[in-house]
Amino acid sequence: MNCIVCIKQVPDVSEVSWDPVTGSLIRKGIPSIINPSDKTAIEAALRIREQCGGRVVVLSMGPSQVDEALREATAMGADEAIQLTSKQFAGSDTRATSYTLGLAVKKIGQYDLIICGKEALDGMTAQVGPQLAEFLNIPQLTYAVRIDVREDRVRVNQKLGDVRRVLETRLPALITVERELNEPRMAPMDAIIEAYGKEIEVWGPHDLDGDHTRFGLKGSPTKLRKMYSPKLVKSRLEMLQGNREELARRVVQILKTRRFL
Amino acid sequence: MAEGNNVREYSGVWVFVEQSNGQAARVSLELLGKGRELADKLDVALTAFLIGGAIGDLGKELICYGADKVLAADDPAFNEYHTGVYTRIIADQVTKEKPEILIIGATPIGRDLAPRLAFRLDTGCAADCTALDVDVEKRLFLATRPAFGGNVMATIICPDYRPQMATVRPGVMSPCERDGSRTGEPVNLDVEPYRNSAKVEVCETIYEETEGVDIQEAERIVGVGIGVGDRETLDQIKELAQLLDAEVGASRRAVEAGWLLHDCQIGQTGKTVRPEVYIACGISGAVQHTAGMCGSKLVIAINSDPMADIFSVADYGCVGNLADIVPALIAEIERSK
Repeated sequence: MNCIVCIKQVPDVSEVSWDPVTGSLIRKGIPSIINPSDKTAIEAALRIREQCGGRVVVLSMGPSQVDEALREATAMGADEAIQLTSKQFAGSDTRATSYTLGLAVKKIGQYDLIICGKEALDGMTAQVGPQLAEFLNIPQLTYAVRIDVREDRVRVNQKLGDVRRVLETRLPALITVERELNEPRMAPMDAIIEAYGKEIEVWGPHDLDGDHTRFGLKGSPTKLRKMYSPKLVKSRLEMLQGNREELARRVVQILKTRRFL
Repeated sequence: MAEGNNVREYSGVWVFVEQSNGQAARVSLELLGKGRELADKLDVALTAFLIGGAIGDLGKELICYGADKVLAADDPAFNEYHTGVYTRIIADQVTKEKPEILIIGATPIGRDLAPRLAFRLDTGCAADCTALDVDVEKRLFLATRPAFGGNVMATIICPDYRPQMATVRPGVMSPCERDGSRTGEPVNLDVEPYRNSAKVEVCETIYEETEGVDIQEAERIVGVGIGVGDRETLDQIKELAQLLDAEVGASRRAVEAGWLLHDCQIGQTGKTVRPEVYIACGISGAVQHTAGMCGSKLVIAINSDPMADIFSVADYGCVGNLADIVPALIAEIERSK
């Protein structure tokens, strides 16, 4: 059973702070982590390997420091790590990202399962998994809270809002995982040290057999038109005044106007 | 630059309508309301795209809610949502009819369907938007979404590819007033090519009996922070939540202090919630927490510290002690009943 896990390195939001004057994110010096649900995906692949044998390959696209995330994945137990790094990949939207990842998956070749986190902490689009599945023309089983692999089939418990479904399909398939699926293992310290000595394979555009005009910002159908701080548009806060009874009356009035009461 | 498709051939606004048992999801009606506005600005028709089994009169209902046309794929085989089948039905019709805009609700189904559909149609899709508009002159769809914890808004465009797609969070748009005098005839699509084409088998579907609603689905949440202070105040907050028919959520610190269980933790290391109303009680408002609740439609914050960060994401703020304000609120709600 060969699994490919796609991971993203994201800023550790628990360390993020905001510039009190401009209201913008202070990105400098923020440590990066493996996106939490991607870590769940790594753990899921490792458990499948423990049960069925096979290999776990971890794949990540991003700037050169993505190697840290890949080393951590290796320390957790992944057999192989591949990094997609190039200026040409920079600024990719979800389509360009999944196209690039898809070409890398095709180059890796033989696989049974692709496992991705449900969504990344920073972008939160949840689009790359389904788009990668579409590119590879394989079924997608999203929002997995349980995975069972049996021979050439996979069964997934899917958390579809307030509905739980049990889905089954023939391999190969792509699964996106919810964080509640498992508790990812900690990489042991000696494995981390060992991982830092390893060479991580880096692929650029010329390692991929595809249409280079589809890479990066230029190859992305969606473009950013503008960014703005919502606070500048409307300062929505109204501070309510008065003693506790007056405050309570105002709050109840607001709740009534909005038909919550 | 990869070559786009011929954008001028594309015209009209489409809304994908999610339904179950002949009932449209509320978000779909919200999107028809917004879609109506956009279609009027562009001077084009608004089409509702409906897939389901036994959809009955829903097609006609969608016309009452603003659609000019309804395209319906109605067959018992489509009662269950299948990514592959739904993608194929919509993609085939889009290729044929060429709408310029396609909007889908950012529900679990919509977020599963839209990205795959966008990739198949070789176009872009802006995810989880909270505002939609059009630049009439340039005939561009403007899809705005919160980026990075909701502190920045980003407007996304898709200039060279059609249709321009977006998924939209439930609860941010308003449906049109139902107008029974609107006329139009739903068109039933030929469903034959799509029957028995599912590659994924749905073995079981369990509609969860909602005992203590999943906090992620809750429309009303009272959030508890470390500022709750004591058990008595916590009990009062729970009573307040009950009066408001709301679920109780918590910040990480409140969970770590043992006030509430991890199951209801909201934020980066907990759950992301988007209720209609969020009442933050004694929550300081660290970004780890606000990132998980900033999609709330209405935020009322109560905190003893007037400088607490929670006020920066709140619509209304009350400065004071919970032990004073919460009982006063309970009394006021009971009096107003």
